[in-house]
Amino acid sequence: MTAPAPAGPAVALRDVRFAYRGGRDVLDIPALDVARGERLFLHGPSGSGKTTLLGLLAGVLLPRAGTVAVLGQRLETMGSAARDHFRAEHLGYVFQMFNLIPYLSVRDNITLPCRLSGARRARLGGADPDVEAGLLAERLEIAGLLASPVTELSVGQQQRVAVARALLGRPELVVCDEPTSALDADRRDRFLELLFARCADAGSALIFVSHDLSLAARFARTVALREVNRAAAPAAAGDPEAVAAR
Amino acid sequence: MTFLLGLAWRSLRNRRLISLLTAASIALSVALLVGIEHVRLGVRESFAGTIKGTDLIVGARGGTTQVLLSTVFGMATPSGTVSWATYERWAAHPAIKWTIPYALGDAHKGHRVIGTTAAFFAHYRFRDRSVTFASGGPPTDDRSIAIGWDVAQRLGYAVGTKVVLSHGVAAVSFAEHEAHPFTVSGVIARTFTPIDRALYTTLDGLTAMHEDEEAAGGLMMGPPEAGHVPGQAPPITAFLVGTKNRFETLALQREMNEDRTEPLTAIIPGVALAQLWQTIGSAEVGLRVVALFTVLVGLTGMCVALYASLEARRREMAILRAVGAGPRTIVALLVLESALLAVLGAAAGVAIVYAGIALAAGAVEARFGLALTLRPLGALEWGYLALVVGAGTLVGLLPAWRAYRTSLTDGLAPKV
Ligand SMILES: Nc1ncnc2c1ncn2[C@@H]1O[C@H](COP(=O)(O)OP(=O)(O)O)[C@@H](O)[C@H]1O
Ligand SMILES: [Mg+2]
Repeated sequence: MTAPAPAGPAVALRDVRFAYRGGRDVLDIPALDVARGERLFLHGPSGSGKTTLLGLLAGVLLPRAGTVAVLGQRLETMGSAARDHFRAEHLGYVFQMFNLIPYLSVRDNITLPCRLSGARRARLGGADPDVEAGLLAERLEIAGLLASPVTELSVGQQQRVAVARALLGRPELVVCDEPTSALDADRRDRFLELLFARCADAGSALIFVSHDLSLAARFARTVALREVNRAAAPAAAGDPEAVAAR
Repeated sequence: MTFLLGLAWRSLRNRRLISLLTAASIALSVALLVGIEHVRLGVRESFAGTIKGTDLIVGARGGTTQVLLSTVFGMATPSGTVSWATYERWAAHPAIKWTIPYALGDAHKGHRVIGTTAAFFAHYRFRDRSVTFASGGPPTDDRSIAIGWDVAQRLGYAVGTKVVLSHGVAAVSFAEHEAHPFTVSGVIARTFTPIDRALYTTLDGLTAMHEDEEAAGGLMMGPPEAGHVPGQAPPITAFLVGTKNRFETLALQREMNEDRTEPLTAIIPGVALAQLWQTIGSAEVGLRVVALFTVLVGLTGMCVALYASLEARRREMAILRAVGAGPRTIVALLVLESALLAVLGAAAGVAIVYAGIALAAGAVEARFGLALTLRPLGALEWGYLALVVGAGTLVGLLPAWRAYRTSLTDGLAPKV
């Protein structure tokens, strides 16, 4: 069920409201647009709804109201199976940590999306997923670890494996949920370099969320979540991020 | 699907210990189920093998069970006596190949004494074996007696021991045949049948004993001596028949049962044993119920183990969802895991039973006279296995449903 390559911007949110079951609105976003191939840094303090927003973009959560369009496709009108297929085909996702399935080798972790989804695999254009994974691993400087159990990897190595997995098959959109928060400054910079380079290779749009404002300088565009989110609680007087954002 | 199967397998292997324990608990309950079935069939076969090769057992007119119990099991009183003349007349019947006369009526310290002939040692079969001796040999004259294995063990007798019989089959009898003691000629090798609990002497021995008794002042006479005229062969209580042609058994049975000269009851031991088993074998139902409950316990254990591991696996579920697995894939993964555990457990359980039989059949036979044989699984056992695997798969649905729910509400960030 490979649909024709979807057209439209990477992300277009309109009047999106989201609340967890029985709670008040966590997100109320009149508009948020991300162009294809764009690199967006989205910051906000913990609990401000960054992960929730990514859940909406991944089609794992559904808005209470409004439209969530990814690559021109309206996620909120799709059935749940269609959203799962869409995510498998077009999206790469990197968590803050613990990105890997503990009982799979590094190589099998990287190729996991291609094994679960025929459409994602088709994006390799007939290439062997293992070979593609090897190429990506080389560029992410983890080629020597392909056969290792993931339990023997350092956090930095794990995060690169996660990037390799997110980028295998060149998805149009890559979302990263605070992927550097467990890395020290040196490793963080090297990680970002590699991430940017690989996203550029693949032509993927990158949405990178973090509470760490010091990363903002490295992105072409930076958005504070509270600027776009009307549901954000009014900033507390002493909140350093709120001050910095002004 | 094959990919998911591999994933399920690797996931189980990753949680090796708990998976092993879970599969082991299923294996043990399946082993119990299948083992009980094997033992049940072994017991039934051993029971049916109490007497083999004899086509008919003939006694005075009476109930089938009474003839069987008194002749083969040494229980209940005989249905009456059969005159020697009648016995000889039938023994000469053209369809009959051999006969074994049985004269019951005396005992020794609670053990039955059977007067018979050399034909007993030649023709009697149990579980396709014949009566052999652990020491000594069969009684040869009217003063010698062979004893069963249990008799020798319980009373501490050996070849050469003097034995005084008592009248009647009661355990305690005050009427001892002291005037005519016997000497043990041999101890019969263990048979695991009622033979082990009996003593075997010659018909002449019993006749001589009772004549000596009368000469010595006499005792009150009951069967089988009742109606016995001194100098004439005494009556017997039953005789076993081997036919020349097995297919004539039914006709011969009818002929004997309908004969008017002396009313007899002829029974086919196999049929009578099967009937008896139906009445006493109902205990096996209880065994099966217990075994099924064990399976239930094993499956509950599996459910608990899978369910308990879910909490630790929420992260894994979130990752799978992030890379495009739908909740249905997650359900399928967990159900596959439980199905794998159930299949492995069931296979291991069957293997345990077969290995156990292969290793221990000889020892069990020697110790309990129970013939356990390696045989393919019966329909009932396949049914059990299907039940276990089916139930195991269903049991996996509960944790799978739970994982489905949490993976939906957790989204991509499981709560810690
Ligand atoms: N599964 C959930 N159920 C209910 N409330 C949740 C759930 N996940 C997050 N929240 C709430 O939603 C808000 C935003 O959370 P989140 O998106 O995780 O923030 P961030 O990623 O910016 O730290 C928080 O108040 C959090 O408590
Ligand atoms: Mg978060």
